[in-house]
Amino acid sequence: MIKQQIPKEKAPKGIGFIIGASSVGTLIEWYDFYIFGMLATIIAKQFFPENSGTSALLSTLAIFAAGFIVRPFGALVFGRLGDIIGRKHTFLLTLVLMGGSTFLIGLVPGYATIGWAAPLLVLLLRLVQGLALGGEYGGAATYVAEHAPAHRRGFYTSWIQTTATLGLFLALGIIILIRQWQGVEAFSAEWGGWRFPFWISLGLVLISIIIRLQMSESPLFSQLKASGKTSKNPLKESFGHKANFKMVLLALFGAVMGQGVVWYTGQFYAQSFLETVCQIEFLQSRNIILLAIALATPGFVLFGWLSDKIGRKWIMMTGMFLAAICYRPIYSYMLDETDTTALLKAKSYTIGKPNANSFRTEYEQGKTISYYDATITFNNGITAKATVADSLHASSPSDYESPDQEIQQGVTVMRVQEKVLPPSGFRLMMLLVFIQVVFVTMVYGPIAAFLVELFPTKIRYTSMSLPYHIGNGVFGGLVPFLATLIVQFTKTTENPGGNPLAGLWYPIGVAAVCFVIGAVYLRNTIDRNVMD
Amino acid sequence: MHTLKKNLGIVWMLLSPAIVFFMLWQAFLRINEAAPDTKANTALQWSIILLVFIPICIGFFMFGRYAYHGEYGYLPQSSLEIQDEDEDPLDL
Repeated sequence: MIKQQIPKEKAPKGIGFIIGASSVGTLIEWYDFYIFGMLATIIAKQFFPENSGTSALLSTLAIFAAGFIVRPFGALVFGRLGDIIGRKHTFLLTLVLMGGSTFLIGLVPGYATIGWAAPLLVLLLRLVQGLALGGEYGGAATYVAEHAPAHRRGFYTSWIQTTATLGLFLALGIIILIRQWQGVEAFSAEWGGWRFPFWISLGLVLISIIIRLQMSESPLFSQLKASGKTSKNPLKESFGHKANFKMVLLALFGAVMGQGVVWYTGQFYAQSFLETVCQIEFLQSRNIILLAIALATPGFVLFGWLSDKIGRKWIMMTGMFLAAICYRPIYSYMLDETDTTALLKAKSYTIGKPNANSFRTEYEQGKTISYYDATITFNNGITAKATVADSLHASSPSDYESPDQEIQQGVTVMRVQEKVLPPSGFRLMMLLVFIQVVFVTMVYGPIAAFLVELFPTKIRYTSMSLPYHIGNGVFGGLVPFLATLIVQFTKTTENPGGNPLAGLWYPIGVAAVCFVIGAVYLRNTIDRNVMD
Repeated sequence: MHTLKKNLGIVWMLLSPAIVFFMLWQAFLRINEAAPDTKANTALQWSIILLVFIPICIGFFMFGRYAYHGEYGYLPQSSLEIQDEDEDPLDL
């Protein structure tokens, strides 16, 4: 509990504008960064030709390097710039770079038209995106925190924290709308609707640039500049001085690394798990994520506000602790609720009529086997697409006009995919994702204020940006890759599918270590004076 | 609490090379196991991971070392306390 009373200062005039202008720009940067990842399958098809080793290498670089190497590098480059020339101009520059590169990705012709120039251009633009994102967050968080009164710093900076989630929300929403409007085929064509989200970015960025141009420089940075006390070499002062460097390490291992894995597990791994492991249909899995995020987002502001009352540390640590102990039961529940193996064994389902044009007959080992696709409805209300094999009945679609009990029992369900949950299952799944996003809001809501208060003004942009982007870009960004890798370890000849929950040990382990470090080493105080 | 902070420092120092060793071993296994057409891509993925994680593990080792030496026994109350020191952080 905080022992010191934070004196109440008046918020500067226009604080709403400052938060709004900073947040909108950051939100757009996140939007730009996410649409590439969300459209990765189409982008791979359009720009990176299949069956080519070089193409796979370029694709890997676009995904891995942009997130893991270039983001922290961007934090160093733009952090240094922000501590030398100022916050305002630096995060204006990152916005222009991000918006420009996103728009240009939408204009690059496909591999079919310009050959190898296509993947090379996309890779280059993607690296610029990563660089810009690395510089944006630290600037926006620092800018808002340096305007905010001490007793409301957590509350005001928490609005910046909502942007990453709202950016995801915006990107997902726009993609779903265009896909629904155009249809899957038109959306995925070379000059199809998948390019629209990239073009839309230009309009959003222009609006944000106009808003940001009206902003003035941070008052704390202006004071430093006027007195000639700005840092000459922020990189050396941030990482070359032991006293500051050890705080950078503490920020990374005691707070941001855990926050990064909780965030990526709650929002990104959850979506991938719903789609690939639980096999929930594309639109429904996204609706689950979107609704859960929308309902939980006020939590960022709530926990930011609460951190002004009781301190930052224990809110973040509670979020990490709850995530570490709840992930296994939550994901196990998600898996059980969508698992249809027992129902298939017990034949507790009804198969609908074969889908048009899906009926095919094959002659295998002296038997005629009919295959067709149909909707399967399980007794627990889950419906799905099923591929059915029938070796007992007539091999003509007309026999399935009114499938009777005998036919139902004579078939073998080969594959079940694209499950659609009944309303009760949908609500339950949304609740389980919502709980995870609440953990995200606990660890992420107060973190900007926490980081700002940890470092001095003249090297703040540099010092806070690097641990933030290592924690989120590297520890968080690797959650899907490492989780999948851990599942691979559990695959055996007896259990070829492996243990789908094993991947959770990575975020659980990192969150647990971070919780121990944070709980033992961090102080639960609010720095009253960030002007030093 | 001070003793706990120092003793945990040893844990972090031991954990750090263990993680590096585990990653190198996994990289070696995964690259060897990869099919010929995906070998280069797997090697690139692991190179990037090692390139990024090894410096982080060195940082984790330094964190443990600082903790063991009681550097986190007292955390600065003001930014003024952390900006004027001029020591080499790698001087362990």
